[in-house]
Amino acid sequence: MPDNFLPAGVEYLRILPEIILTVAGTLIMLLEGLAGDSVKTRNGPGYLALFALVAAIPASLVAGANPGFAFSNLLVIDGFATFFRVLVVVVGILTVLVSFQYLRRENASSSEYFGLILFSVTGQCVMASSNELIMMFIGLEISSISSYVLAGYLRDDKRNNEAAIKYFLLGSFATAFFLYGIAWIYGVTGTTNLDQIRYALLSHDVASSSILVGVAASLMLVGLAFKVSAAPFQIWAPDVYQGAPAPISAFLSAGPKAAAFAIFLRLFMTSFQPISGRWAPFVWSSALLTMVVGNFAALTQSNIKRMLAYSSIANAGYVLVAIATHSAIGTAAAMFYLAAYAFMNVGAFAVVTHFSRQGERFVNIDDLAGLGWKQPVTAALFSVFLLSFVGVPLTGGFFGKFYIFKAALDGGYTWLAILGLLNSAVAAYYYLRILVVMYMKEPGESCENLSPLAPGVSLALWGSALATLVLGIFPSVILNFARGSATLGR
Amino acid sequence: MDAFLFLVLAAIAVVSALNLVVQTHPISSALSLVGVMGSLAVLYLLLGAEFIAAAQMIVYAGAIMVLFIFVIMLLNAGGERLTRRSAYVKIFGVPLMALFLGLVSFVIQAALPRGEMVVFGAFTHGGPADIGRSLFTQYLLPFEVVSVLILIAILGAIVLARKEID
Repeated sequence: MPDNFLPAGVEYLRILPEIILTVAGTLIMLLEGLAGDSVKTRNGPGYLALFALVAAIPASLVAGANPGFAFSNLLVIDGFATFFRVLVVVVGILTVLVSFQYLRRENASSSEYFGLILFSVTGQCVMASSNELIMMFIGLEISSISSYVLAGYLRDDKRNNEAAIKYFLLGSFATAFFLYGIAWIYGVTGTTNLDQIRYALLSHDVASSSILVGVAASLMLVGLAFKVSAAPFQIWAPDVYQGAPAPISAFLSAGPKAAAFAIFLRLFMTSFQPISGRWAPFVWSSALLTMVVGNFAALTQSNIKRMLAYSSIANAGYVLVAIATHSAIGTAAAMFYLAAYAFMNVGAFAVVTHFSRQGERFVNIDDLAGLGWKQPVTAALFSVFLLSFVGVPLTGGFFGKFYIFKAALDGGYTWLAILGLLNSAVAAYYYLRILVVMYMKEPGESCENLSPLAPGVSLALWGSALATLVLGIFPSVILNFARGSATLGR
Repeated sequence: MDAFLFLVLAAIAVVSALNLVVQTHPISSALSLVGVMGSLAVLYLLLGAEFIAAAQMIVYAGAIMVLFIFVIMLLNAGGERLTRRSAYVKIFGVPLMALFLGLVSFVIQAALPRGEMVVFGAFTHGGPADIGRSLFTQYLLPFEVVSVLILIAILGAIVLARKEID
């Protein structure tokens, strides 16, 4: 037990983003109590949330400039943590921007909504920087529970209720798997610290009980596969993304997923790295299944939110390919892809938010007919995201896929890279179909009375499109950072 | 004596757990769960985890079970009605269960010859003082961060359950 248990000042600096987000989230709740109904309809809570999230980016960078452990090694602030912290905070910013108009349109109160988003991002930041299974678990729970509530935020909407209850039941189930895995690994190694688990697995006395380690690792793998919607545990994702409010679908498929991948990578590349030969087959088979299930199911969807949900499953498959290579270059490729994916996915859902209108009436792909002529700017920005999903050069999606398949080739998974490429060829069909509908079909009644882009949505769309293009034209900016911070546990 | 107590309580826990699943009325299931929780508490005590044993009794067997029963009575849930089981369950149920039990016994078999047995009374750091000390020193951060978790639980309950006034 440490004699001096009072945390040093620099340790507070290292959790500055979490502190800012938590304080702002609490303030939003207090604001509603103090100001009453007058705040409800105004944008106050949203602006406060936006301010806190924007402030959390420099805070993450300041924390990242002071790398090291914090709070008795429970957290580790390194490049990897900083990368994912900034990523989830940016996803939070984009979600908040998209949500202003949505909440006004659906006549919903805003303070709890933005409070929950801030707390969810806090949980994701904790996940990104945790160096300990207990912290990972608490971060995961904070992020998940606020997501369950957000998925059912419009309480009177049946689709919201369905999404929330499905997400809650299956999500809790997944967390239970993960927690049970933690209990097993603690039973075998006597520690929950990631580095110490790694040393224990490298030493010989634990090797004799390797079957127990295998059980622990598979339980955690199942729990995390649920959270990242990897096959065969993807079943919840289409229903949840379809039923949840559109901005929340954007948030769920980018933020919590990136954070879940962050703990996936950290756990399996540090603690379970000594047994990587044993978990890799499970990960690549899941990756293959996820890509196939996601892409082929997306082909037949008529609801655009459901199609994007299957597309997000397929994209999780590509990231799993990178993880299956269990190499530093694979980790860097996964990080890059998650960043590129977050922007294009949030962007696509932002367009859906804008287009669906009150009560989300227009969510079929055919409803988009003629959007290219009615609102050329919206359609053009949407096209950027769709082309990035396809993997056209000069977009982030191209380099994301390129680095992933290159990592697979370098890792000796040639056939996996080939199957992945074939899969993305299949995927091109359903993304390009939207382009065809937007530009080549006559505008129907669904394009009547389409209001111009709200400022928040517009800002989010332009920002995501710009980021997608920057990642496609200057990929080395992000990639070099990812490469520099991808060597975990060495 | 310890081993005897352990065997008896473990048996009670397993039988109650089975009963929990088999019973068709929710109240009977809930009461079986009290049996599981209670016997687990004594098992914890046998292993020297005094604080966990007390928490198990007060929180799980006490508070949470009361909530369970409140909810069951509020919903006025009657007995479970058996529907015709689906074809999948009929065909795959028994073989999959057998496979699962086989797998579990294999894992236990493979892990057995480690020579490390639990000794009753060997662990003496499970008292409230020890738990409190580590909560406020080494595990200070999780202790604090859990408060955020509880806060969103409250917030979520308000969002999902409040009445619309306006």
